Amino acid sequence: MSLLTEPRLDDADLLFETLVEAHRDLDAEASRRLDARIILLLANHIGSVETVREAVLVAREAVKPRKNP
Amino acid sequence: MQSTYTAPRYAYRPAGDAGAHHAVIVVGGGMVGLTVALDLAQRGQRVVVLDDDDTVSVGSRAICFAKRTLEIYGRLGLGRKALAKGVTWHVGKVFFQDRPIYEFDLLPEMGHEYPAFVNLQQYYIEQWLVEACVATGFVDIRWRSRVVGVLNHAGGATIEVETPDGRHMLHADWLLACDGARSFVRDSLGLPFVGKVFRDRFLIADVVMKADFPAERWFWFDPPFHRGGSVLLHRQADDVYRIDFQLGWDADPEAEKEPGRVAARVREMLGPDRPFELEWVSVYTFRCRRMEQFRHGRTLFLGDAAHQVSPFGARGGNGGVQDADNLAWKLAAVLDGTAPEALLDSYDTERVPAADENILNSARSTDFITPKSDAARAYRDAVLELAEHHAFARPLVNSGRLSRPAVLRDSVLNTPDAEPWDGGVLPGAPAIDAPLADGWLLGALRHDFAALVFGDAGDVPQGVRPVRIGMGAIDAVRRYAAHSGTVVLIRPDQHVAARWRGVDAAAIAAARDRALGLGA
Repeated sequence: MSLLTEPRLDDADLLFETLVEAHRDLDAEASRRLDARIILLLANHIGSVETVREAVLVAREAVKPRKNP
Repeated sequence: MQSTYTAPRYAYRPAGDAGAHHAVIVVGGGMVGLTVALDLAQRGQRVVVLDDDDTVSVGSRAICFAKRTLEIYGRLGLGRKALAKGVTWHVGKVFFQDRPIYEFDLLPEMGHEYPAFVNLQQYYIEQWLVEACVATGFVDIRWRSRVVGVLNHAGGATIEVETPDGRHMLHADWLLACDGARSFVRDSLGLPFVGKVFRDRFLIADVVMKADFPAERWFWFDPPFHRGGSVLLHRQADDVYRIDFQLGWDADPEAEKEPGRVAARVREMLGPDRPFELEWVSVYTFRCRRMEQFRHGRTLFLGDAAHQVSPFGARGGNGGVQDADNLAWKLAAVLDGTAPEALLDSYDTERVPAADENILNSARSTDFITPKSDAARAYRDAVLELAEHHAFARPLVNSGRLSRPAVLRDSVLNTPDAEPWDGGVLPGAPAIDAPLADGWLLGALRHDFAALVFGDAGDVPQGVRPVRIGMGAIDAVRRYAAHSGTVVLIRPDQHVAARWRGVDAAAIAAARDRALGLGA
């Protein structure tokens, strides 16, 4: 797996704030489209469909109920 | 309604051969059935074609003839006619709302006999195919002859035919089912036809008008004149324009066909001052599906009978013509006794992946044009919003991935490269055209096995027609990555079978035998 899931961000709190702030004043539909634009831009920046597929898998796993916590 | 074209009516003639035995019977005298019949006839085979109607296609239907299809019709003697009558185009433009966001060129280089696409109403091609079939003297087209029963057995097929004179039986050594998406032959043999239906409806209108629109494919997402839907515009021969309006799943197909309602939609698009006449209107739902196998003993399925795609990408008619191109030379070789029956298994193994490629591409286009969920719509709109200003998003815009010829990369008929190649045309790919000193490269290939012999190369075996190409033919040399001594073996359907940097006649003969299914 080439997807990096160890902490790498230079400023974690700033990232969170940036993402939340980006959605200010947007309704649900506009918000969803903004996220889509951001994801498309970042996916192109990464330049690998395989890495994005790994991210999709990890992201979907994250919200599944876990057995034996 | 139709004013620019008068469809011929073909007379029914009693065949008077009840119980007769024929080598090849084609069921369905549409574009694909007539193409395979003509190809077989030009190879000296006698063919009976049964058609339940007495005329050509109603409505323009398959209008976009791709370069590969034009090349096939070039081989069959109809290419130039299509080029002269049709509208040549190679540029597509995509609009989002009120502005252009993306433009593509499907054939940016010169030096090909045929362009990327010619738009032409299907009825012209069918009429010319009928005339060409009749002219061979080898094709017996029987109009108003409907197949109502099929029995498939090891030695061929027995069919029951209904005509104005009643019913009779015929026997075929080989039955070619070209009877369309609702294939009677397929259904009566109980063969499944599975895939998916897209929950959307499209209005297709042929409009006659004088307009100075360029000969380009124009596609709109969510334009001001058709909010929330997509619209596609193509120019055809005789000042006929094809307009597709996306209607959505909830549209009432009967109400939408009402001429006043269609005219209002068209007027909204063209503005109030442009006079036009409606010529043909239809409402469609799209499906992508195929049979598991296209060969069932001595019954073979071609075109929409075997596989169905959505029209975005022009992969239906073009795919069907490539089926005919693939099958005709093989069946002729089997009938002549120069190839074993097993060669026909390769029709299946070559055309099934080609159909899958067409289904994949047209399904993806349809998923882009008709988003299946709110999330899909958000991504789709995000792509369109980004594409105007950011180059990276433009390749993501999918208004139809236009028909490309199948590359039969994994075919058992290919002889794999034994030497390193940097580019060129790989085994399984269709031969690429290029200008030669005395005409076109594809024009020099004709119907048989041929070898492109570049520069200073040796002899080719009997049964392979040499096409000698000097190293001064720079386009051909570049496109085939040729050196002096390079030989490229081409099958009768113009796909590359093998290539060598240097070769003797025996190796060429072995590759030819392999392509005929005579063993590796």
